Amino acid sequence: MNAGTQAEIFPWSDAIFAAALFAVDPVGTVGVSLRALAGPARDAWLAMLRERLPPAMPVRRVPLNIADGRLLGGLDLAATLDAGRPVADRGLLVEADGGVVLLAMAERLTPSTAARLTAVLDTGEVTLQRDGIALTSPARFGMVLLDEGMAGDERPPEPLRDRAAFQLDLTRIAMRDAVAGGPTPATVAAARIRLPNVRASEALTEAFCSAALSLGIASLRAPLLALRVARAAAALAGRDNVADVDAALAARLVLGPRATQIPAPPEREADTPSDEKPPDREPPDAAAGASNGDETKVDAERPLDDVVLDAAQAAIPADLLAQLRLGTGGAAGAQQSGRAGVSRQTAARGRPVGVRRGLPRSGARLNVIETLRAAAPWQRIRRGARSDAGLPEGTSRRIEVRGDDFHVTRFKQRTGTTTIFVVDASGSSALHRLAEVKGAVELLLADCYVRRDSVALLSFRGRGAELLLPPTRSLVRAKRSLAGLPGGGGTPLAAGIDAAASLADAVRRRGQTPVVVLLTDGRANIAADGTGGRAQAETEARIAARSMRAAGFTVLLVDTSPRPQEAARQLAAEMGASYLPLPHAGSAAISGAVLSNAGPAQRRAR
Amino acid sequence: MSQPFPFSAIVGQDEMKLALLIAAVDPTIGGVLVFGDRGTGKSTAVRALAALLPPMRVVAGCRYGCDPAADGKWCEECRAKVAAGTLKAPFKSRQAPVPVVDLPLGATEDRVVGALDLERALTQGVKAFEPGLLARAHRGFLYIDEVNLLEDHLVDLLLDVAASGENVVEREGLSVRHPARFVLVGSGNPEEGELRPQLLDRFGLSVEVKTPMDLPTRVEVVRRRDDYEHDPEAFVAKWKKDDGKLRRKIEAGRTRLASVKVPDAAILRAAELCLALGTDGLRGELTLIRAARALAALDGDAVVGDAHTRRVAPTALRHRLRRNPLDDSGSSTRVERALRELFGA
Repeated sequence: MNAGTQAEIFPWSDAIFAAALFAVDPVGTVGVSLRALAGPARDAWLAMLRERLPPAMPVRRVPLNIADGRLLGGLDLAATLDAGRPVADRGLLVEADGGVVLLAMAERLTPSTAARLTAVLDTGEVTLQRDGIALTSPARFGMVLLDEGMAGDERPPEPLRDRAAFQLDLTRIAMRDAVAGGPTPATVAAARIRLPNVRASEALTEAFCSAALSLGIASLRAPLLALRVARAAAALAGRDNVADVDAALAARLVLGPRATQIPAPPEREADTPSDEKPPDREPPDAAAGASNGDETKVDAERPLDDVVLDAAQAAIPADLLAQLRLGTGGAAGAQQSGRAGVSRQTAARGRPVGVRRGLPRSGARLNVIETLRAAAPWQRIRRGARSDAGLPEGTSRRIEVRGDDFHVTRFKQRTGTTTIFVVDASGSSALHRLAEVKGAVELLLADCYVRRDSVALLSFRGRGAELLLPPTRSLVRAKRSLAGLPGGGGTPLAAGIDAAASLADAVRRRGQTPVVVLLTDGRANIAADGTGGRAQAETEARIAARSMRAAGFTVLLVDTSPRPQEAARQLAAEMGASYLPLPHAGSAAISGAVLSNAGPAQRRAR
Repeated sequence: MSQPFPFSAIVGQDEMKLALLIAAVDPTIGGVLVFGDRGTGKSTAVRALAALLPPMRVVAGCRYGCDPAADGKWCEECRAKVAAGTLKAPFKSRQAPVPVVDLPLGATEDRVVGALDLERALTQGVKAFEPGLLARAHRGFLYIDEVNLLEDHLVDLLLDVAASGENVVEREGLSVRHPARFVLVGSGNPEEGELRPQLLDRFGLSVEVKTPMDLPTRVEVVRRRDDYEHDPEAFVAKWKKDDGKLRRKIEAGRTRLASVKVPDAAILRAAELCLALGTDGLRGELTLIRAARALAALDGDAVVGDAHTRRVAPTALRHRLRRNPLDDSGSSTRVERALRELFGA
């Protein structure tokens, strides 16, 4: 077994322990964010979890796009008509009380579904105010967020991730490694009984808080969750007091994956944290085993703060460390983009997203089923009213539908615009004009704010392109990532265009209209394979430009060179883009160009 | 949760707590908006408020919770009874807790405004009005967590009722109106999307909450939360005295409110400040003065002074500034700057 495989196994042993710890206290640890595609590794993990939960415990799977009526509950129409009195459907979350909820495709959960879930998680009950029913029912459960995201920004909504104690990534677990192990179901069951009596020292709270702070974890939920996980770990090891090894395990599982910065290096560790595997990257089954007395002793000689911080630091993924060191902010990427604003509801176009009461006027589409559902409970009273009024008997056989019953389908609008800024931050074009380019983008951002557009920010320089900001409505974040944009290096123009095209494609798939604003001097000198060479790079850039044109995206090229360049003008032509030289590209001109190009996309019904 | 986290046990977040107390002293202030980071105790504070508020008197048998002292401003049912002579002053009344009603996301319109009583329609074939959440929130607080995610048609409806103080229901052949005066409290996270400007302006006070970044405060937050979760009863009992103190402070503030003097100088100050900041409309000035008066009442002062105005100005004004989306310094800084210029350091 070589070193590579060795390293791959650790995430799995972490996952095993996370499953056991979650099974000890699903409600207290709130959840597991499980990043993995549907496949054997995920199945193995879920089966392992199921085995460690009590057999009677409800485990409910929540499909994506579940209707409120099923999620939170509502009127059970069939039962209501049958019984002749209102009967409430309890809803999935209430059914899952005392158990576990699996959220399928959690990376695609909408902010509003996430908000419904967080409200239930925070209060431990479902407050139902629907369909004439007012009911409060207990709903305390743990959740597993099944995250099938591929790209970095495809993640479950941040409010849910923030509440879940564990964040696991099984995407690189090979099937042969995904074998069950760790604490047995019997051990977990014993731990569950022991848990209420487990005590943690005051110093531990402080250690977790201080570690979280030095790892750049702003959320106060993290140390609180770490505290609960530490208690569960102690219970699992058969202890009544949280030992240092439990604290270390909790720090590593809860705090490590959330880190957004490397703590200021204390003098005792001169080498980089990613290299210092041996002391802390012990497989946790050794670290948490009660029998492993000498391990405990070693840790006991060190201050608790160090134990916790080291453990958490060891669990920071190596590539995150690399990113962080560049100062390009895994932190920004870790935040969910403001997707709430992305979807707007219109009368008649787009994907159906729900139903609401209303008349099928001005193009709104009538939802027959919901209308009949709304009418059904009232049939008796309406027939009564009709016969009281002395109207003919024959009509009473029909369903009596009134204006108030009408329901219309709401649609998600397809016409919101996402403006993708692609900034050439290479030395050739930008170094001397980067400030001006930033200024131009800032002015454009102000226009995007007025038009309620989403914005995204890409930059390319050196060897490739980089997504600085996934589509968001938060202009403050856009401005922040723009301000931190470094300049210099070669011009991998093709990479920049390709990245813009794939982002534009993703935006379009989300039902938005992408507009690409490319700010460059059009002079490529880095080829796709990362090597220098003007000729090769320019050929590639032209190919990339043509495929952009083929995809039919609206593109605006802003020439950032001091004097308008032929290269840029040609590139614009290849792309089918509008061309604007920066000297002339006042904010009004650019915004006008974007607006006219976006054209019909700007017209939106409300 | 049966035992909410005690209000007085919330660490820091003084501005948020003060805004809620001001709204408790003077419910006409026009609502409180709490926007900020996740996990900063926004919901906790609002839900804790319920346990803190002194109970109120309610006309016995009134399902809208009419105030026996609100001469003439009763619901239709009470007025009809008065007219018929079945309800005579002094009214029989009972003590009731001030409602703090949670408007859950996913609530349907019929439950918010009220609708035909389904139970009675089905079992007895009778048309009767079943009051909704707006009726329940009358004379209390209506809380919307994640207010920026609430559906537009519900938001419009709430704004309309909050502004008029009356809920008018016209559906299913019912025609009902009842008083619905409540303090609208909304909370949310700006990263989930910005709030519509129309909605923003309707809130009297706006608070920005941030996660505390100093270690001792953070440790204290986590410790108290952990203690609370471990044994809610004991924790609530421990803070009962402090909560009681706050409750008496609110009561005293309410009694004093009417007698607090607002000198011309204070009104002038408020006007100058609003002018300097370029806030739209008179709502800003009005709210600023009211909030300063409520603060004076809360603090036990008889006259509104500069100190009061200064303390409430950011809360009363920051969401009314013409928005410059790219001004990173934020509205709070702009208010602070204007305050410094006007009031001196």
